Amino acid sequence: MIEIKTSKTLQSAAGSMTLELDYKVAPHDFVALYGASGSGKTTTLQLLAGLTQPEKGYIKVNDKVWLDTESNVNLPPQQRKIGYVFQDYALFPNMSVRENLLFALENKKDQAIIAELLETMELKGLEHQKPHQLSGGQQQRVALARALVRRPELLLLDEPLSAIDTEMRLKLQDYLLLAHQKYQLTTLLVSHDIAEIYKLSNRVLVLEKGQITQDGCASAVFSTQTSSGKFQFMGTILKIEKEHFLYIVSVLIGHQLVKVVAMEEEINTFAVGEKIAVSSKAFNPILNKLR
Amino acid sequence: MIDFAPLYVTLKLALTTTFLLFLVGLPLAYWLAYSKAKSKIILEAIVSLPLVLPPSVLGFYLLLAFSPENAFGHFLENYFDIRLVFTFSGLVVASVLYSLPFMVQPLQSGFQSLPPNISQAAYTLGKNKWQTLIHVQLPNMKTAMVTAIVLSFAHTIGEFGVVLMVGGSIPNETKVVSIAVFDEVTAMNYETAAIYSSILLVFSFLILIGVYGFKNRFAKISPLS
Repeated sequence: MIEIKTSKTLQSAAGSMTLELDYKVAPHDFVALYGASGSGKTTTLQLLAGLTQPEKGYIKVNDKVWLDTESNVNLPPQQRKIGYVFQDYALFPNMSVRENLLFALENKKDQAIIAELLETMELKGLEHQKPHQLSGGQQQRVALARALVRRPELLLLDEPLSAIDTEMRLKLQDYLLLAHQKYQLTTLLVSHDIAEIYKLSNRVLVLEKGQITQDGCASAVFSTQTSSGKFQFMGTILKIEKEHFLYIVSVLIGHQLVKVVAMEEEINTFAVGEKIAVSSKAFNPILNKLR
Repeated sequence: MIDFAPLYVTLKLALTTTFLLFLVGLPLAYWLAYSKAKSKIILEAIVSLPLVLPPSVLGFYLLLAFSPENAFGHFLENYFDIRLVFTFSGLVVASVLYSLPFMVQPLQSGFQSLPPNISQAAYTLGKNKWQTLIHVQLPNMKTAMVTAIVLSFAHTIGEFGVVLMVGGSIPNETKVVSIAVFDEVTAMNYETAAIYSSILLVFSFLILIGVYGFKNRFAKISPLS
C-alpha cells in the first residue's frame, strides 16, 4: 500500500500553482497519471523518488515512512526502493548495456538478476554495446531493465514510450506489462496516450493544474457518456462529407480509417479533429482467426 | 651550453600546480555548477579575477600577503615554519591562484553540460554523490577534464608577471624559463634567449595541437562529453 499526501508549490510559465496530492495505491496496481503538460505529473514521480521535496506532507510505502515533514523524516532517493525510468532514459553513455545494469547492482554476487533481466528484455546480443549504438526502443528496454536490478517495490515510468514510433511502442507496452507482472510491481506511469493507458493501467488519476480531478478505471475516466455498447473505440474525426441527405464521417481509430454514417442533427455537434467514441450496441461480432 | 635548470623548475612548477589545482578546482567547479546559493556570483567573480587582473597586480598583493613582515606571512612563518616569498612553495601557491579560472571554468561548464537526469538516475539506483561523481559524471566529461588540466598546465608554463613578483629569479628555486628569457635578454645574450624561447614555443604549440586533436577524436566517439 502506498499513501501519499503532499503539497508543493510549483513555478511554471503560467505562474505558480500548488500541486496537491492525496491518494492511496493498492499493491500491484498499475496506475496511470494523465494530464496536460505542466499539470504536475513528472513532479509527482519525483516526489515519490525523493528527487524533489514538498513543503509539507507524508509518503508511506508498505508501512515504511519515506517522508514526513512533521517529524522531519526524509529518506534520500538512494534508500527508497524505487525503479525510475526517465523520459530520455538517462543511460550512462560511458558504460555498455551490461555495465549500466551492473552499476545498479548492490551486491556483486547477485549477478543472476542481470542475466535474467537481459534475457527477459531480449538484450542478450546487445550487452556489450554502448547506449548511443542502440535504437530508441532498445535504449528503453535497457532503462527498464536497469530500473529493475534492485528489485524495487515501486516502478516509476515518466512517459517512457513517448519518443518511440507506434509499432515499437505496442511491443514495448508488452515488455512493461511483463515486467509489472513478473516482478510483482506497483507501477506509476505518466502518459499522454489514451490507448496506452487503456492497455496497461487498471486505474487512472487525472491531474489538472496540480489537482487530481478524476480517479477511476480508464473506461470510466475517458468516455464521457455512459454507453451500454459492447464495442467502443476512441478515434479522431478526419473528415465530414455530405452525401444526399446523410453525412459520412471519416474516423481514424489507431491506424484504421473507419467511415460512419451520421444524421444532420448529430453532425452539428461534431468538428474535424475532435476526439470521438465510436460504439455499437446490438450486433453480433464474428471472430476470424488471423494467420 | 644552456642551463637546463630553468626548464626543470618550469616543468616541476607546472606539474605541481596542475595537480593541486585539480584537487582544489574540482570541488569548486562542482559547487559552482550545482549550487543555487545567491552568494555564488561572488565566488564566480573571484575565480575569474586572474583573467582580467594584470599579473603584476596579483603578484603585488601576494607579495604583501606572503611577506613575513605582515600578518599572514608572519603567521605562516611562526606556526608552520613556511616562507612563501622568493621560494618554490610560494610560486606554487601563486600559480594555483593565477591559473584558477583555467581549471575551474572548463570543469564547471563540463558539469553543467551533463544531462541532469544521469546523476538523478544514479541516485535512484542507490549510488551516493561520490560514487556518482567518480563513475558517472567525470567519465562523461573527459573532454572538459583534459581541457582544464592541459590549459592550466600550459598557462602555468606561460606565466611571467606573478612569478617575477613573488618568486624573483633564484636559480634552481624560482627561476623559470620565462624569467630566464627575460634575464638573458637584459644581459644581451640573445642566443641563449632564443633557445629558451624556441623550446617554449614548440612545447606550447604541441600541447595545444594535442588538446584539439583529443577534442576532435573524442567528439566523434561519444555524443556526450
